[in-house]
Amino acid sequence: MSRPVRFNTTPIVADPKDNISLVGMPAGYSGEGFFATKMSDVVGLARKNSIWPLPFATSCCGIEFMATAASHYDIARFGAERMGFSPRQCDLLMVMGTIAKKMGPILKQVYLQMAEPRWVLAVGACASSGGIFDTYSVLQGIDQVIPVDVYVPGCPPRPEAILDGFMRIQDLIGKESLRRRTSEQYKALLGTYGIQ
Amino acid sequence: MALTNITIKERLIAKFGDQVSGFEEPYGMLTFESPKENNLKVLQFLYDDEELRFQFLTDLCAVHYPGQTGRELAVVYHLHNLVDNIRIRFKVFTDIEKPDVFTATQLYAAANWMERETYDFFGVQFVGHPNLKRILNVDEMDYFPLRKEYPLEDQTRIDKDDEMFARGGSSL
Repeated sequence: MSRPVRFNTTPIVADPKDNISLVGMPAGYSGEGFFATKMSDVVGLARKNSIWPLPFATSCCGIEFMATAASHYDIARFGAERMGFSPRQCDLLMVMGTIAKKMGPILKQVYLQMAEPRWVLAVGACASSGGIFDTYSVLQGIDQVIPVDVYVPGCPPRPEAILDGFMRIQDLIGKESLRRRTSEQYKALLGTYGIQ
Repeated sequence: MALTNITIKERLIAKFGDQVSGFEEPYGMLTFESPKENNLKVLQFLYDDEELRFQFLTDLCAVHYPGQTGRELAVVYHLHNLVDNIRIRFKVFTDIEKPDVFTATQLYAAANWMERETYDFFGVQFVGHPNLKRILNVDEMDYFPLRKEYPLEDQTRIDKDDEMFARGGSSL
Protein backbone atom coordinates (compact mmCIF):
# COMPACT_ATOMS: atom_id res chain seq x y z
CA MET A 1 0.00 0.00 0.00
CA SER A 2 1.89 3.10 -1.12
CA ARG A 3 1.96 6.31 0.82
CA PRO A 4 0.01 9.26 -0.56
CA VAL A 5 2.07 11.77 -2.48
CA ARG A 6 2.89 14.77 -0.33
CA PHE A 7 5.13 16.94 -2.51
CA ASN A 8 4.77 18.31 -5.97
CA THR A 9 1.07 17.42 -6.13
CA THR A 10 0.22 20.47 -8.27
CA PRO A 11 3.19 20.79 -10.52
CA ILE A 12 3.79 24.19 -12.03
CA VAL A 13 3.08 24.10 -15.71
CA ALA A 14 5.90 25.75 -17.57
CA ASP A 15 4.89 28.85 -19.45
CA PRO A 16 7.08 29.13 -22.53
CA LYS A 17 6.57 32.88 -22.69
CA ASP A 18 7.64 33.59 -19.15
CA ASN A 19 10.34 31.21 -18.13
CA ILE A 20 13.43 33.30 -18.47
CA SER A 21 14.57 34.88 -15.25
CA LEU A 22 16.61 38.00 -15.50
CA VAL A 23 19.02 39.25 -12.92
CA GLY A 24 17.81 42.30 -11.05
CA MET A 25 19.37 45.72 -11.54
CA PRO A 26 21.59 46.97 -8.74
CA ALA A 27 20.42 49.95 -6.73
CA GLY A 28 21.39 53.28 -8.19
CA TYR A 29 20.24 56.56 -9.70
CA SER A 30 18.80 56.43 -13.14
CA GLY A 31 17.65 59.12 -15.46
CA GLU A 32 17.22 59.90 -19.10
CA GLY A 33 19.95 57.90 -20.79
CA PHE A 34 22.12 57.20 -17.74
CA PHE A 35 22.29 54.91 -14.75
CA ALA A 36 24.64 55.58 -11.89
CA THR A 37 25.53 52.90 -9.42
CA LYS A 38 28.49 51.60 -7.51
CA MET A 39 31.22 50.09 -9.62
CA SER A 40 31.56 47.18 -7.25
CA ASP A 41 27.87 46.40 -7.67
CA VAL A 42 28.09 46.20 -11.42
CA VAL A 43 31.34 44.29 -11.41
CA GLY A 44 30.03 41.95 -8.73
CA LEU A 45 26.85 41.37 -10.70
CA ALA A 46 28.79 40.46 -13.79
CA ARG A 47 31.25 38.25 -11.94
CA LYS A 48 28.75 36.37 -9.86
CA ASN A 49 26.53 35.39 -12.74
CA SER A 50 29.33 34.08 -14.91
CA ILE A 51 31.57 32.07 -12.64
CA TRP A 52 33.88 29.68 -14.43
CA PRO A 53 34.57 26.90 -11.96
CA LEU A 54 37.54 24.56 -11.87
CA PRO A 55 36.22 21.21 -10.72
CA PHE A 56 39.00 19.69 -8.62
CA ALA A 57 37.04 16.50 -8.20
CA THR A 58 38.92 13.77 -6.37
CA SER A 59 36.41 11.23 -5.10
CA CYS A 60 32.77 10.67 -4.28
CA CYS A 61 31.87 14.34 -4.06
CA GLY A 62 33.00 14.56 -7.64
CA ILE A 63 30.20 12.21 -8.59
CA GLU A 64 27.69 14.44 -6.83
CA PHE A 65 29.19 17.35 -8.71
CA MET A 66 28.65 15.47 -11.95
CA ALA A 67 25.00 15.13 -10.94
CA THR A 68 24.88 18.84 -10.15
CA ALA A 69 26.27 19.68 -13.54
CA ALA A 70 23.90 17.37 -15.34
CA SER A 71 20.53 18.43 -16.60
CA HIS A 72 18.37 17.72 -13.56
CA TYR A 73 20.15 20.04 -11.12
CA ASP A 74 22.00 22.06 -13.71
CA ILE A 75 24.71 24.27 -12.34
CA ALA A 76 24.75 26.02 -15.72
CA ARG A 77 21.62 27.87 -14.66
CA PHE A 78 23.79 29.77 -12.23
CA GLY A 79 26.29 30.83 -14.83
CA ALA A 80 28.76 27.98 -14.52
CA GLU A 81 28.29 26.83 -18.06
CA ARG A 82 31.96 26.51 -18.87
CA MET A 83 33.96 24.29 -16.59
CA GLY A 84 37.63 25.04 -17.03
CA PHE A 85 40.41 22.69 -16.20
CA SER A 86 43.13 25.20 -16.59
CA PRO A 87 43.52 27.20 -13.39
CA ARG A 88 44.67 30.24 -15.33
CA GLN A 89 41.22 30.72 -16.76
CA CYS A 90 39.00 29.94 -13.81
CA ASP A 91 37.44 31.93 -11.01
CA LEU A 92 36.27 29.32 -8.57
CA LEU A 93 38.26 26.33 -7.36
CA MET A 94 35.76 23.69 -6.32
CA VAL A 95 37.61 21.08 -4.27
CA MET A 96 35.43 18.01 -4.14
CA GLY A 97 36.78 14.95 -2.46
CA THR A 98 39.44 13.60 -0.17
CA ILE A 99 42.77 15.34 -0.44
CA ALA A 100 45.70 13.23 0.71
CA LYS A 101 48.75 14.80 2.29
CA LYS A 102 50.68 13.97 -0.84
CA MET A 103 48.12 15.89 -2.91
CA GLY A 104 48.30 18.99 -0.71
CA PRO A 105 51.23 20.68 -2.46
CA ILE A 106 49.65 19.96 -5.82
CA LEU A 107 46.39 21.57 -4.74
CA LYS A 108 48.35 24.56 -3.52
CA GLN A 109 50.13 24.78 -6.84
CA VAL A 110 46.81 24.78 -8.68
CA TYR A 111 45.52 27.51 -6.38
CA LEU A 112 48.63 29.61 -6.94
CA GLN A 113 48.18 29.40 -10.68
CA MET A 114 44.73 30.94 -10.52
CA ALA A 115 44.49 34.62 -11.32
CA GLU A 116 42.86 37.08 -8.94
CA PRO A 117 39.97 37.33 -8.15
CA ARG A 118 39.67 33.73 -7.14
CA TRP A 119 37.43 31.92 -4.70
CA VAL A 120 37.56 28.45 -3.19
CA LEU A 121 34.62 26.19 -2.44
CA ALA A 122 35.33 23.16 -0.25
CA VAL A 123 32.70 20.57 -1.09
CA GLY A 124 32.11 17.69 1.25
CA ALA A 125 33.37 16.58 4.61
CA CYS A 126 36.77 15.43 3.39
CA ALA A 127 37.69 18.73 1.82
CA SER A 128 36.34 20.67 4.78
CA SER A 129 37.93 18.74 7.60
CA GLY A 130 39.28 15.39 6.49
CA GLY A 131 35.87 13.77 6.84
CA ILE A 132 35.77 10.28 8.26
CA PHE A 133 39.38 9.72 7.23
CA ASP A 134 41.14 10.81 10.37
CA THR A 135 44.36 9.11 9.42
CA TYR A 136 48.04 9.66 8.77
CA SER A 137 47.62 10.09 5.05
CA VAL A 138 44.63 12.41 4.64
CA LEU A 139 44.89 16.19 4.87
CA GLN A 140 42.52 17.22 7.63
CA GLY A 141 40.81 19.95 5.66
CA ILE A 142 42.09 21.88 2.66
CA ASP A 143 42.17 25.03 4.73
CA GLN A 144 45.49 23.77 5.97
CA VAL A 145 46.99 24.61 2.59
CA ILE A 146 44.72 27.16 0.88
CA PRO A 147 42.25 29.79 2.08
CA VAL A 148 38.65 28.65 1.67
CA ASP A 149 35.61 30.88 1.16
CA VAL A 150 32.66 28.53 1.52
CA TYR A 151 32.45 25.05 3.00
CA VAL A 152 29.68 22.69 1.92
CA PRO A 153 29.19 19.95 4.51
CA GLY A 154 27.88 16.53 3.59
CA CYS A 155 29.15 13.12 2.77
CA PRO A 156 28.49 13.60 -0.02
CA PRO A 157 26.41 16.75 -0.10
CA ARG A 158 23.31 16.53 -2.23
CA PRO A 159 23.37 18.55 -5.45
CA GLU A 160 21.01 21.01 -3.82
CA ALA A 161 23.60 21.53 -1.09
CA ILE A 162 26.35 22.07 -3.64
CA LEU A 163 24.12 24.58 -5.38
CA ASP A 164 23.47 26.29 -2.06
CA GLY A 165 27.22 26.58 -1.52
CA PHE A 166 27.54 27.95 -5.02
CA MET A 167 24.87 30.53 -4.33
CA ARG A 168 26.68 31.63 -1.20
CA ILE A 169 29.82 32.07 -3.25
CA GLN A 170 27.71 34.19 -5.59
CA ASP A 171 26.62 36.31 -2.62
CA LEU A 172 30.22 36.77 -1.59
CA ILE A 173 31.24 37.73 -5.09
CA GLY A 174 28.36 40.16 -5.48
CA LYS A 175 29.22 41.99 -2.31
CA GLU A 176 32.99 41.98 -2.60
CA SER A 177 34.79 45.27 -2.46
CA LEU A 178 36.97 46.11 -5.44
CA ARG A 179 39.88 46.84 -3.16
CA ARG A 180 39.83 43.58 -1.30
CA ARG A 181 42.52 41.80 -3.26
CA THR A 182 45.06 44.52 -2.72
CA SER A 183 44.22 45.17 0.92
CA GLU A 184 46.56 44.49 3.83
CA GLN A 185 44.19 42.03 5.43
CA TYR A 186 44.04 39.88 2.32
CA LYS A 187 47.79 39.91 2.03
CA ALA A 188 48.04 38.91 5.66
CA LEU A 189 45.58 36.09 5.06
CA LEU A 190 47.61 34.77 2.19
CA GLY A 191 50.71 35.24 4.29
CA THR A 192 49.40 32.78 6.86
CA TYR A 193 49.38 30.20 4.08
CA GLY A 194 52.81 31.10 2.89
CA ILE A 195 51.56 32.66 -0.33
CA GLN A 196 53.04 35.98 -1.41
CA MET B 1 48.17 -35.38 -14.37
CA ALA B 2 47.10 -32.03 -13.06
CA LEU B 3 49.32 -30.08 -10.74
CA THR B 4 48.12 -30.34 -7.15
CA ASN B 5 49.25 -28.94 -3.84
CA ILE B 6 50.70 -32.31 -2.90
CA THR B 7 52.88 -32.36 -6.00
CA ILE B 8 54.11 -28.84 -5.35
CA LYS B 9 54.93 -29.67 -1.75
CA GLU B 10 56.81 -32.83 -2.75
CA ARG B 11 58.89 -30.98 -5.33
CA LEU B 12 59.73 -28.21 -2.91
CA ILE B 13 60.83 -30.62 -0.22
CA ALA B 14 62.80 -32.64 -2.78
CA LYS B 15 64.66 -29.53 -3.87
CA PHE B 16 65.08 -27.63 -0.61
CA GLY B 17 64.78 -30.25 2.08
CA ASP B 18 64.27 -28.69 5.45
CA GLN B 19 64.74 -25.14 4.23
CA VAL B 20 61.05 -24.97 3.41
CA SER B 21 58.67 -25.47 6.28
CA GLY B 22 55.38 -24.38 7.72
CA PHE B 23 53.20 -26.02 5.08
CA GLU B 24 49.56 -25.13 5.54
CA GLU B 25 46.54 -24.92 3.28
CA PRO B 26 44.18 -22.20 4.45
CA TYR B 27 41.16 -22.20 2.14
CA GLY B 28 42.94 -24.60 -0.18
CA MET B 29 45.88 -22.32 -0.96
CA LEU B 30 49.27 -23.87 -0.22
CA THR B 31 51.34 -21.72 2.09
CA PHE B 32 54.92 -22.25 3.17
CA GLU B 33 57.87 -20.32 4.47
CA SER B 34 61.60 -20.30 4.12
CA PRO B 35 64.48 -18.38 5.66
CA LYS B 36 64.93 -15.00 4.08
CA GLU B 37 68.33 -15.79 2.58
CA ASN B 38 66.67 -18.34 0.33
CA ASN B 39 63.82 -16.26 -0.96
CA LEU B 40 65.31 -15.66 -4.40
CA LYS B 41 66.35 -19.29 -4.77
CA VAL B 42 62.84 -20.48 -3.99
CA LEU B 43 61.22 -17.90 -6.26
CA GLN B 44 63.60 -18.75 -9.08
CA PHE B 45 62.92 -22.45 -8.67
CA LEU B 46 59.17 -21.90 -8.71
CA TYR B 47 59.56 -19.76 -11.82
CA ASP B 48 61.88 -21.99 -13.84
CA ASP B 49 60.60 -25.47 -13.09
CA GLU B 50 58.72 -26.88 -16.10
CA GLU B 51 56.02 -28.43 -14.03
CA LEU B 52 55.58 -25.69 -11.40
CA ARG B 53 55.76 -22.58 -13.61
CA PHE B 54 54.71 -19.98 -11.04
CA GLN B 55 55.46 -17.10 -13.32
CA PHE B 56 53.02 -14.47 -12.15
CA LEU B 57 53.50 -12.43 -9.00
CA THR B 58 50.04 -11.51 -7.85
CA ASP B 59 50.96 -9.67 -4.68
CA LEU B 60 53.88 -8.79 -2.50
CA CYS B 61 53.07 -7.43 0.90
CA ALA B 62 54.18 -7.57 4.50
CA VAL B 63 52.61 -8.31 7.87
CA HIS B 64 53.80 -7.07 11.21
CA TYR B 65 53.57 -9.53 14.09
CA PRO B 66 54.67 -7.56 17.13
CA GLY B 67 54.61 -10.61 19.39
CA GLN B 68 57.07 -12.88 17.60
CA THR B 69 60.49 -11.52 18.51
CA GLY B 70 63.07 -12.22 15.86
CA ARG B 71 60.39 -12.82 13.25
CA GLU B 72 58.29 -9.69 13.43
CA LEU B 73 57.99 -8.75 9.79
CA ALA B 74 56.73 -11.31 7.30
CA VAL B 75 57.11 -10.58 3.59
CA VAL B 76 54.43 -12.50 1.74
CA TYR B 77 54.60 -13.38 -1.94
CA HIS B 78 51.45 -14.56 -3.69
CA LEU B 79 52.34 -16.46 -6.84
CA HIS B 80 50.06 -17.73 -9.55
CA ASN B 81 50.52 -20.47 -12.12
CA LEU B 82 48.52 -19.13 -15.03
CA VAL B 83 48.62 -22.34 -17.05
CA ASP B 84 47.28 -24.69 -14.39
CA ASN B 85 45.48 -22.00 -12.36
CA ILE B 86 47.12 -22.77 -9.05
CA ARG B 87 48.04 -20.15 -6.48
CA ILE B 88 50.55 -20.44 -3.65
CA ARG B 89 51.71 -18.20 -0.89
CA PHE B 90 55.33 -17.95 0.15
CA LYS B 91 56.41 -16.16 3.32
CA VAL B 92 59.80 -15.04 4.57
CA PHE B 93 60.15 -13.77 8.10
CA THR B 94 62.64 -11.16 9.11
CA ASP B 95 63.69 -9.41 12.27
CA ILE B 96 62.39 -5.92 12.73
CA GLU B 97 65.81 -4.68 13.84
CA LYS B 98 67.39 -5.62 10.54
CA PRO B 99 64.62 -6.03 7.96
CA ASP B 100 66.77 -6.77 4.89
CA VAL B 101 65.25 -8.99 2.23
CA PHE B 102 66.59 -9.65 -1.24
CA THR B 103 64.61 -7.94 -3.94
CA ALA B 104 62.57 -9.90 -6.45
CA THR B 105 62.73 -7.20 -9.13
CA GLN B 106 65.19 -9.15 -11.25
CA LEU B 107 62.67 -11.94 -11.54
CA TYR B 108 59.35 -10.09 -11.52
CA ALA B 109 59.06 -6.55 -12.81
CA ALA B 110 55.84 -6.15 -10.87
CA ALA B 111 57.83 -6.44 -7.65
CA ASN B 112 59.32 -3.00 -8.19
CA TRP B 113 56.39 -0.89 -7.02
CA MET B 114 55.06 -3.55 -4.68
CA GLU B 115 58.37 -3.56 -2.81
CA ARG B 116 58.35 0.22 -2.69
CA GLU B 117 54.90 0.10 -1.12
CA THR B 118 56.06 -2.53 1.38
CA TYR B 119 59.04 -0.37 2.26
CA ASP B 120 56.81 2.68 2.58
CA PHE B 121 54.41 1.09 5.03
CA PHE B 122 56.54 -1.46 6.92
CA GLY B 123 60.12 -0.40 6.51
CA VAL B 124 61.32 -3.62 4.90
CA GLN B 125 64.62 -2.84 3.19
CA PHE B 126 64.87 -4.64 -0.12
CA VAL B 127 68.51 -5.24 -0.92
CA GLY B 128 69.30 -4.54 -4.54
CA HIS B 129 66.15 -2.60 -5.38
CA PRO B 130 66.79 0.03 -8.06
CA ASN B 131 64.70 2.80 -6.55
CA LEU B 132 63.63 2.08 -2.99
CA LYS B 133 61.81 5.18 -1.85
CA ARG B 134 58.35 6.01 -0.61
CA ILE B 135 55.59 5.61 -3.11
CA LEU B 136 52.24 6.39 -1.53
CA ASN B 137 53.10 8.48 1.50
CA VAL B 138 54.70 11.88 1.70
CA ASP B 139 58.44 11.66 1.13
CA GLU B 140 59.30 13.44 4.37
CA MET B 141 57.49 10.92 6.55
CA ASP B 142 59.92 9.41 9.01
CA TYR B 143 57.92 6.47 10.31
CA PHE B 144 56.31 3.39 8.81
CA PRO B 145 52.56 3.74 9.26
CA LEU B 146 51.30 0.18 9.01
CA ARG B 147 53.55 -1.17 11.71
CA LYS B 148 51.33 -1.80 14.65
CA GLU B 149 53.18 0.52 17.01
CA TYR B 150 51.99 3.63 15.19
CA PRO B 151 48.49 5.03 15.59
CA LEU B 152 46.09 5.21 12.69
CA GLU B 153 44.92 8.73 13.38
CA ASP B 154 46.58 11.95 12.53
CA GLN B 155 48.32 13.16 15.67
CA THR B 156 48.48 16.78 14.62
CA ARG B 157 44.79 17.46 15.11
CA ILE B 158 44.02 19.61 18.12
CA ASP B 159 40.26 19.87 17.85
CA LYS B 160 39.16 16.28 18.18
CA ASP B 161 36.25 15.69 20.45
CA ASP B 162 37.06 12.46 22.28
CA GLU B 163 33.47 11.87 23.29
CA MET B 164 32.35 11.65 19.72
CA PHE B 165 35.01 9.00 19.12
CA ALA B 166 33.94 6.90 22.13
CA ARG B 167 37.12 7.56 24.05
CA GLY B 168 35.66 9.54 26.93
CA GLY B 169 37.46 12.53 28.35
CA SER B 170 37.71 16.00 26.89
CA SER B 171 39.31 17.06 23.65
CA LEU B 172 43.02 17.64 23.59
